[in-house]
Amino acid sequence: MPAVSMTVNGKAVSGDVEARTLLVQFLRENLRLTGTHVGCDTSQCGACVIHIDGIAAKSCTTLALQCEGAKITTIEGLAEPGGPLHPMQEAFRENHGLQCGYCTPGMIMAALDIVRRNGNDLDEHTIREQLDGNICRCTGYHNIVKAIAAGAKAMGQGEGARQAAE
Amino acid sequence: MYNFTFHRPTTVRQAAGLLARNPEAKILAGGHSLLPVMKQRLAQPSALIDLALVEGMTGVELKGRSVVIGAMSRHADVANSAVLLEAMPALASVPGSVGDPQVRNRGTIGGSIANNDPNADYPAALLGLGATIITNKRRIAADDFFTGMFSTALEEGEIITKVSFPIAKKAAYEKFKHPASGFALVGVFVSKRGPDIRVAVTGAGSNGVFRVKSFEEALKKRFSPKSIEGMTIPATGMNNDIHASPEYRAHLVGVLARRALAKATA
Amino acid sequence: MSATGIGAAVRRKEDFRFITGKGQYTDDVTRPGETRAVFVRSPHAHATIKSIDASEAKSMPGVLAVLTGADLANDKIGNLICGWMIHSKDGSPMKMAPHPALAAGKVNHVGDAVAVVIAATQAQGRDAAEKVNVEYEPLTPIIDLVKAKSGQQIHEIAPNNTIYEWSLGDAKATEAAFAKAKHVTQLDIVNNRLAPNAIEPRAALAEYDAGTDQLTLWNTSQNPHVARLVIAAFVGMAPEHKLRVIAPDVGGGFGSKIFIYPEEVVCLWAARKVQRPVKWTADRSEAFLTDAHGRDHITHAELALDEHGKILALRAHTIANLGAYMSTFSSSVPTYLYATLLSGQYDIPQIYCEVDAVYTNTVPVDAYRGAGRPEATFVVERLVEVAARELGLDPAEFRKRNFIKSFPHQTPVIMAYDGGDYGASLKKAMEIADVKGFNKRRRESARHGKLRGLGYSAYIEACGIAPSQAVGSLGAGVGLWESAEVRVNPTGSVEVLTGSHAHGQGHETTFAQLVSERLGIPFENVSIVHGDTDKVQFGMGTYGSRSGAVGMSAIVKALDKIETKAKKVASHMLEAAEGDIEFKDGKFTVAGTDKSAAWADVSLNAYIAHKFAGQELEPGLKETSFYDPTNFTFPAGCHICELEVDTETGKTEIVKWTAVDDFGTIINPMIVEGQVHGGIAQGVGQAMLEGVVYDKDGQLVTGSMMDYTMPRAHDLPSFNVGTTETKSPSNPLGMKGCGEAGAIAAPAAVMNAITDAIGSEQLAMPATANAVWSALQRNKPPQAAIPPQAA
Repeated sequence: MPAVSMTVNGKAVSGDVEARTLLVQFLRENLRLTGTHVGCDTSQCGACVIHIDGIAAKSCTTLALQCEGAKITTIEGLAEPGGPLHPMQEAFRENHGLQCGYCTPGMIMAALDIVRRNGNDLDEHTIREQLDGNICRCTGYHNIVKAIAAGAKAMGQGEGARQAAE
Repeated sequence: MYNFTFHRPTTVRQAAGLLARNPEAKILAGGHSLLPVMKQRLAQPSALIDLALVEGMTGVELKGRSVVIGAMSRHADVANSAVLLEAMPALASVPGSVGDPQVRNRGTIGGSIANNDPNADYPAALLGLGATIITNKRRIAADDFFTGMFSTALEEGEIITKVSFPIAKKAAYEKFKHPASGFALVGVFVSKRGPDIRVAVTGAGSNGVFRVKSFEEALKKRFSPKSIEGMTIPATGMNNDIHASPEYRAHLVGVLARRALAKATA
Repeated sequence: MSATGIGAAVRRKEDFRFITGKGQYTDDVTRPGETRAVFVRSPHAHATIKSIDASEAKSMPGVLAVLTGADLANDKIGNLICGWMIHSKDGSPMKMAPHPALAAGKVNHVGDAVAVVIAATQAQGRDAAEKVNVEYEPLTPIIDLVKAKSGQQIHEIAPNNTIYEWSLGDAKATEAAFAKAKHVTQLDIVNNRLAPNAIEPRAALAEYDAGTDQLTLWNTSQNPHVARLVIAAFVGMAPEHKLRVIAPDVGGGFGSKIFIYPEEVVCLWAARKVQRPVKWTADRSEAFLTDAHGRDHITHAELALDEHGKILALRAHTIANLGAYMSTFSSSVPTYLYATLLSGQYDIPQIYCEVDAVYTNTVPVDAYRGAGRPEATFVVERLVEVAARELGLDPAEFRKRNFIKSFPHQTPVIMAYDGGDYGASLKKAMEIADVKGFNKRRRESARHGKLRGLGYSAYIEACGIAPSQAVGSLGAGVGLWESAEVRVNPTGSVEVLTGSHAHGQGHETTFAQLVSERLGIPFENVSIVHGDTDKVQFGMGTYGSRSGAVGMSAIVKALDKIETKAKKVASHMLEAAEGDIEFKDGKFTVAGTDKSAAWADVSLNAYIAHKFAGQELEPGLKETSFYDPTNFTFPAGCHICELEVDTETGKTEIVKWTAVDDFGTIINPMIVEGQVHGGIAQGVGQAMLEGVVYDKDGQLVTGSMMDYTMPRAHDLPSFNVGTTETKSPSNPLGMKGCGEAGAIAAPAAVMNAITDAIGSEQLAMPATANAVWSALQRNKPPQAAIPPQAA
């Protein structure tokens, strides 16, 4: 089986995988990082969104082998264990931007990419348009939109600005 | 998906060699058309040849009166290219409307046009601007490239390296999104470059992207929505599915063409 | 109100694990030696199985077993059941056909499970499943519910594919009322079939411990105890005490995870056969093919009116499609959860409803968010709206004229409404929605070439299901009470074990708020335990907006008992008469003295038991309650949808949404608002975007999210949500339930608004751009006509 190595949440990892192994399978099954979820099989729902070299991607539509040498960030990598939450995580909690929590990791990772592309001052229309690749069945998006606006603003005001830039 | 062997050549020549040696191989660009199909087990390539490490296949360049886009350029990069936004923002709006942000972060122009999904956005822009597809073997005019649903003029062992778009002063793309998939239910690209007037439609035709000669003819008098006021196209040959009837698609072609023309001439 | 007590918008306890990726959903659980189940599914809607050849598959890498329906029958694994008996008008019982977990000789829908491959990995399982050679003899499929009765018989037990022909109400009295009517409004209504699509796909992981003969099932369930009961008592997998069911974090359910499905049965059975843990996780395509769908009614409905615009009677005939098999609660949805709500918020003297439930060669249909009540609300609210339009009356005024205004109110269809103020929610909604300014906004839209419409939906639902005796008399196979156990630890912290379960509703937070307020202890010192049959003795689970009204009432009852016991302990500690002990804000005091004992001291004393003799008081502080409600609860409210239609494309955009709901007492307004938002989104989805479509051969056209339109952020507006409050007299907290209101109210509000905008009633859900455009073509719209609202 081909070998693959990459950096996930700052740690060097490697493994032998079948070529057909998707990045999301590698994360969930090989690395046991189960915060990244699978909600569909047609690249629609966004529950699997992670960052590849700082850019949001659907890990269900990416082969593990395509990520050789890449830097991957998953939901587990946003906050240090025991450390403060990332402002976007905090904003989701503060604004009740989640219910069952299943789409949430993908939503948060997608939200960070919205900030990367559109900055910290986000209007409702922009957020709604830019959430096109993420489906939530619980919240009706109302509070997700609020959370992302608040999280983006908070990121602009401190620690988060640095983290988002990384 | 079925298993396969995975290759990462560093030159186009290597990639072509791998293709020649593996007749059942497929090129992997962004993977956002191919991998979903493979996940459904609807394609079974023996090998994937990933072009990610091939140098010189990305970027948007101004070359004379054309814009040249590397085949591995991702949709997000093309949509945000300063060069393109200056030279021809209408073209930038096409990859800017593909799929969703994460798809745009990974999907590429080469992958999109090689796949020629009948609902994809890029084919409308290529045909609507009279682009030239540059491969490792030759140059192909867009008018000759798209040969039908999921079918192109590409031959075995042929790899798209670049696409060259002539710059049109007046151009625009209007898309009516498929509500579920985000593809074009109907997308219309209009352009005027000197006497060359083009109206290209994606999403609507059961044979893939096509030009609307009747509109183009009418627009020769004046490149304005008024020139095609009330005009429509026959519903025969239009796609039919639960989201849009042939009649509705035909109707949308007229509406979107007028809206694109209004945008292009604003 | 304390910062964490009843009424406070406390941030949720469960969020930390979800926002950090530490949630534990079923697929996240792994067991040593775990294998994967991959199902071989029927590509035909209706066929007999001539043969199954698994020899090649069995020899493939990683394959442990290939099992079929014949193996299942050999092992005497029983069928899945529907647990609610409905009798037809003629008194005959419903025709429940056998539903084996793997098809026995015949397949009845595309996706019906025929065999299962157990393999070391998912990929190996799929590779092998493709090599299981099944020979089918196709039969004519029945897809269209209207033609079901005249089509080829699907199940031996059900002639004319009819499950039951049921009725409710007084046919003769209703007919007499119609005979006297000055005006009759008639509508033909399609309530479109929906795919529930919780974002977490269904999953099951089964493990067998040969040493103890114990089976454990982790699954995506809204009601793990009911799953255990059915799998033990009806399927006969194992005795109840040898089966543990754990539903860990559940990623949304909306009804679809109430039911007992073939896959979890097969995983349990296979785990015992291969002596290895067996996991199955649906992919989305499988979810579309196997999760119970929702709705799927066609109805002819009529409303009889007198010359003053007063409703005299309502009559409806509905055909309900229950799919290929009767799912767990399917029979109750188009009957007692539907026809009993046909009075809506209105004083309707006579109602008569007939429901024919039929089999078709499609996925089973069962409860989906609202379950019967959205269908009822849609019938009532479309009828009322159209009646007002036909009579030239303002729709709001027409509703007011017919509202029930005094309580209790006995409807002609079983329900006894115990309270509410429908005028108040309508009035408040009209204010928030600025109905007065609508005309101006409509003219403004017209200037931009758009048609603007406004639609009301004054809904009612029966929640807090349900009084066991009442539902028992209506055919339910179980009682619908709820249990709670309150365990006070020696240090005074509290664990509440509840038979409710959460899949996004935030019970860990709201239930803790209740306990914190009641016992006067810190919110952080309370934890909620649910979803595990080894921990919680029994429970009925979460659906039908019941967890607040029923589940929390059980907690209240248990807390009452805790207080009583704790007072006894305190009386010994404080050397006072039990009757003199008062309990407030976490402190026990002796009336009229300054003697007191803190909660934690009393808790400790209950366990060290130094202050009292065992003969007079048992040590410990733990109480249990089983709470059975006295009535349903009746949440009600008014939603107003305002939208704009692009006449060129038919594309409709909701520009304003107002919801005013009466949920009785609200524990956590933040969570309640979230429930309303989510419900509205699903209702808007039904009205404008979603619809399961089969082709004539029974192939699922909408088999993926590429074809089935899920509501996305840009399809929806932000919502204006308000409340009014009349307390439910039927439970100690006065709660009514909020989980389904949005999904119940929204479809009618949307359709009333679109039909208002385009000036035509001829429009079915989902009102896609194409559908609206076609309606406009059929009926060229009025040019910015004065809306009836303003007349």
